[in-house]
Amino acid sequence: MRFIATTVISLRALRRNKMRSFLTALGIIIGVGAVITMVSIGNGAKAQVEAQVASLGNNVISVFPGSATTSGARGGMGSSNTLTVDDALAIQREILGAVAVSPELRHGDQVLGNGLNWRTQIHGVAPDFLSIRAWSIRAGDIFSEADVRSNAKVCVIGDTIARQLYPDIDPLGQTLRIRNIPFRIVGVLSSKGYNYFGADQDDVVLVPYSSFMTRVFRWRRTVNNILIEASSAEAMPRIQEDITALLAQRRSGREPDFTVRNQLELAAAASETSRTMTQLLAGIAFVSLVVGGIGIMNIMLVSVTERTREIGIRLAIGAHDRDVRLQFLIEAMILSAMGGIIGVILGVTVSEMLSHFNGWPVLVSTESVVVAVAFSAAVGVGFGFYPAHKAAKLDPIDALRFE
Amino acid sequence: MQPIVQLKDIRKTYRNGDLEVHAVRGISLEINPGEFIAIMGASGSGKSTLMNTLGCLDRPTGGTYLLDGIDVSTLDRNRRADIRNQKLGFVFQGFNLVARTSALENVELPMLYAPRRVSSSEMRDRAMRALDIVGLAARHDHLPNQLSGGQQQRVAIARALVNEPRILLADEPTGNLDTKTSIEVMGVFQKLNEQGITIVMVTHELDIARFCKRNLIVRDGLVVRDESVKDRSHAPDELLKHAEAEAAAKLTHVLFPHANAED
Repeated sequence: MRFIATTVISLRALRRNKMRSFLTALGIIIGVGAVITMVSIGNGAKAQVEAQVASLGNNVISVFPGSATTSGARGGMGSSNTLTVDDALAIQREILGAVAVSPELRHGDQVLGNGLNWRTQIHGVAPDFLSIRAWSIRAGDIFSEADVRSNAKVCVIGDTIARQLYPDIDPLGQTLRIRNIPFRIVGVLSSKGYNYFGADQDDVVLVPYSSFMTRVFRWRRTVNNILIEASSAEAMPRIQEDITALLAQRRSGREPDFTVRNQLELAAAASETSRTMTQLLAGIAFVSLVVGGIGIMNIMLVSVTERTREIGIRLAIGAHDRDVRLQFLIEAMILSAMGGIIGVILGVTVSEMLSHFNGWPVLVSTESVVVAVAFSAAVGVGFGFYPAHKAAKLDPIDALRFE
Repeated sequence: MQPIVQLKDIRKTYRNGDLEVHAVRGISLEINPGEFIAIMGASGSGKSTLMNTLGCLDRPTGGTYLLDGIDVSTLDRNRRADIRNQKLGFVFQGFNLVARTSALENVELPMLYAPRRVSSSEMRDRAMRALDIVGLAARHDHLPNQLSGGQQQRVAIARALVNEPRILLADEPTGNLDTKTSIEVMGVFQKLNEQGITIVMVTHELDIARFCKRNLIVRDGLVVRDESVKDRSHAPDELLKHAEAEAAAKLTHVLFPHANAED
């Protein structure tokens, strides 16, 4: 009813004390700003971790060699040497939902090209390897299934190789010598950058696994691991079980000498870490928001005492309890709402500046903005109520005599 | 003519632990429209309690109080606030303007708390008219600290008048003012009274009480004397006398510059 008039009164009171109003709102400004900045930094870190995990490919299942037991001594993870290309082909043939399969054989060696040389990792893979790893080609194309069948001497080079060996010419169609065997470069990979552990993923040469085994490293019979892309995330547990069953069957009763892992496990661990960090940061920031709220309460309480006479005048000339209560509540709410809005602007600006000048990954989330503003409004009502109630209960005669 | 105020055997007892203090012990009083009353008494005589009761700021512990025919002694806190807003105007000793708020906004204040909503243009018009009555329309945008004491008290009078009250209550309105300004403020009251406004004021200065039409003397919670003023002071005459006295003092000072040298 007298809401509009009371709002006018509150606005006039706030305008009268611009400095005090600003200082009161400062607690909320910093609180809301801190919440948004902290959550943005946390979210940015989480998104970066997730992007790195995703750069390994989506829905990827890996089969690694397991432990081999020699004369009773168990060799530990990867010591068995029994995972073969045939295993990969069997998975491709028999597992429903394995949309792409590639064996992976790795060996480090010196490569020559364009009169320069460089030591790198040579990977023997199937053409599916790129789609599994969600890796794109910058120029040219990946070798074909036919190249695999014919043990063709073709290769695809990573971005680092292109920069190191062919700094000023187009590497496509050039010859790269691996252990003195000439391979024609048919494609250049786009850059994938450093992985989660800091290794340069672009320092690589991909050749057909058949050529790897028959032409370059002839002694190799086994593969380092097999990569499988599942049709969907939901199908992964089932496919994982099927692969385990298939490989166990192929080993017909021997001790299982392989391990099947999926990428979700790694992704979950990584994002759990960053989620904990985000929660920690948000927790600290929320404490400062609560402190800001208590600051509002303190200033409002001081303000009630300081303005006792004014409240007395208002009561004497006809203000009801609820008019005075509403006035102080509206004052507190306006302060915290303004503080909330300025805090959002501050938080978003600081987040953007951090990402711009420090290169930190920062992601401003709508939820954090909404929660921070809603919380600051709640703080305004919550911590504003007690001083407002105190003011409304004053006796006009005592209030007028107050010095 | 029906009296505006009818007090019947008003009593007020304050309880302080086991100790009972009888501030007012049975005052009966009628105030008719157009009266101009000074309530006088020493401190502790009960005159402030009587004034607070008249102003509906305080409820008596006994007796009845009819204001404009309404029994206000039984009303609750908020109903009394409405009565104060609509039927009473207050002028205080300490002016009690809201600080850092312009004269105009101070005068608008009672209308913001009116039971019926007043539009902002009407509020401004009425506030300007009230300021005009006390001769301060030109200073409507001044803040209290930019006004002299007398001007502040006139703003307070304008604020008391703005809701057209039935009765104007003034609690030692000249207590914080010098002689000349006191006479000026009393002049404002006399002019308002001539226009038909009923005024009740508390004072302990006999000179000031002589500007009123009727004097009540309160002692130990009872009215001990109630009489009309015979040789009333009139503000214009008193101002003239005051100016002459001041001029004489100056003249003395010019003729005998060392007369007060020992001060």
